[in-house]
Amino acid sequence: MALDLAKYRRRRIRSTITVALCWAASALGLTILGVILATLLYKGLAGLGPKVFTEMTPPPGSDGGLLNAIAGSLVMTFAGVVVGTPIGILAGTYLAEYGRYSKVSSVIRFINDILLSAPSIVTGLFVYELLVRPMGHFSAFAGAAALAVLVIPTVVRTTENMLLLVPNQLREASSALGLPQSLVIRKIAYKAARAGMITGVLLAIARVSGETAPLLFTSLNNQFWSTNLNAPMASLPVVIFQYALSPYEDWQRLAWTGALLITAAVLTLSIAARWLSSSRTQQ
Amino acid sequence: MNLMSKDVDTGLTEKISVSNLKFFYGSTLALKNISLPLYERQVTAFIGPSGCGKSTLLRVLNRMYDLYPNQRAEGEVMFDGENILDMKDLNLLRSRIGMVFQKPTPFPMTIYENIAFGIRLYERLPKSEVDARVESALEKAALWKEVKDKLQSSGLSLSGGQQQRLCIARTVAIRPEVILFDEPCSALDPISTAKIEELIDDLKNEFTIAIVTHNMQQAARVSQRTAFMYLGELVEFGVTQKLFTNPTDKRTQDYITGRFG
Repeated sequence: MALDLAKYRRRRIRSTITVALCWAASALGLTILGVILATLLYKGLAGLGPKVFTEMTPPPGSDGGLLNAIAGSLVMTFAGVVVGTPIGILAGTYLAEYGRYSKVSSVIRFINDILLSAPSIVTGLFVYELLVRPMGHFSAFAGAAALAVLVIPTVVRTTENMLLLVPNQLREASSALGLPQSLVIRKIAYKAARAGMITGVLLAIARVSGETAPLLFTSLNNQFWSTNLNAPMASLPVVIFQYALSPYEDWQRLAWTGALLITAAVLTLSIAARWLSSSRTQQ
Repeated sequence: MNLMSKDVDTGLTEKISVSNLKFFYGSTLALKNISLPLYERQVTAFIGPSGCGKSTLLRVLNRMYDLYPNQRAEGEVMFDGENILDMKDLNLLRSRIGMVFQKPTPFPMTIYENIAFGIRLYERLPKSEVDARVESALEKAALWKEVKDKLQSSGLSLSGGQQQRLCIARTVAIRPEVILFDEPCSALDPISTAKIEELIDDLKNEFTIAIVTHNMQQAARVSQRTAFMYLGELVEFGVTQKLFTNPTDKRTQDYITGRFG
């Protein structure tokens, strides 16, 4: 039997074309990413100095830094994560362990997926109606609440997925020793899924620390240093948004620096998450 | 009145008596009217082709099936005068009837903790006594010599055979009355298998043992009683030696001579 060379050659050509297209697509993606990072470094580094971390956001035309915005971002992200993480972990645990086979769970899972992909500006509006309007003013509380609402679905999802990765044999083996289900979860399943669950929380932090839209409706902004959670508070994303759109050059420069800071922070968190999850697989 | 019946013919005590047991996965009948005894301090082996229900039967004895929805059992499984199928406190039941699984399942913790964990669950003991219990459990599982210098390393760092013996030690440590083995050697090499078989032979002096195995030679080597199951039915139950040399049922004869399964 002779090999159908024509057919073979056609397949070779198709394969070569497909591989070339894949290369081109990755190159395009990476180039865009590279250009963004390069621009960010070029424009952001110009304004980076000790003042950024020691002085407040300035009025146009005068010198200043981003201290109040950095502090505000840290405070609200921290509060949002502290509130959102336990809720997310408990809900994820319910879905993966107690309610694994129940109908309610599939409904909750579906709604959580919607929440996960909902535009964050909707979350901002929701918290605005729920907290800002009744309270009568913008506040850091409301900002943290909006971020918490964004943290929850992410953590629910990763917690559930990580717990589902724990082999069922481990659950059976611990039940066979006479462990009640609560202990099987706390002592065995959490232990086996720990690295993945921490990774999920880190990714949630990375996600919310760059959010602007939900904060615009909730914590607004503050030109000055403020630690009052019941008052408007500055945050990096909102300051970047405001300063980047302004006509003042010094404000624009600060916006670039702020963008660089956020990117660096998110990148660090993502790399930490990566490293954690890879150390998990090596176990 | 003695709750456990002495068998007139054998002089042995029935630790567990299964009678008219039916088991359903959803609406599928997986066990059809099984009745048999597990004698105290004897090894009972369950053999049969894949899907014959031998593992299912084992998982009824410690109510493992309760972890999953749509699985239920009917009939009677008497254990020291109580019907296992009616028991409410499953954790207590499972502390009395331990189980070792096909794949070794060490917990993600140290070797020491793997064993001490279960002990502390039921008893409040000073550290020195927990230490002693851990040592004696590892001794009983023939693992002490190999791990005594690395009790603080992860249980996952052991070899497959060692992991399986760790799981046996963990089960022995909480002092159950019955131990169920679900194909304990099918993931192990021949040397580890021989060690575990030897171990099972030792353990029967203290515990009542049921073992599911695919390996007929293994059943012949370790057990005193053998049950042959086929398609959810108990085809034949009897003294191991007799079942393997002079079976009464044609299907048993065919299976042990390798004609099917």
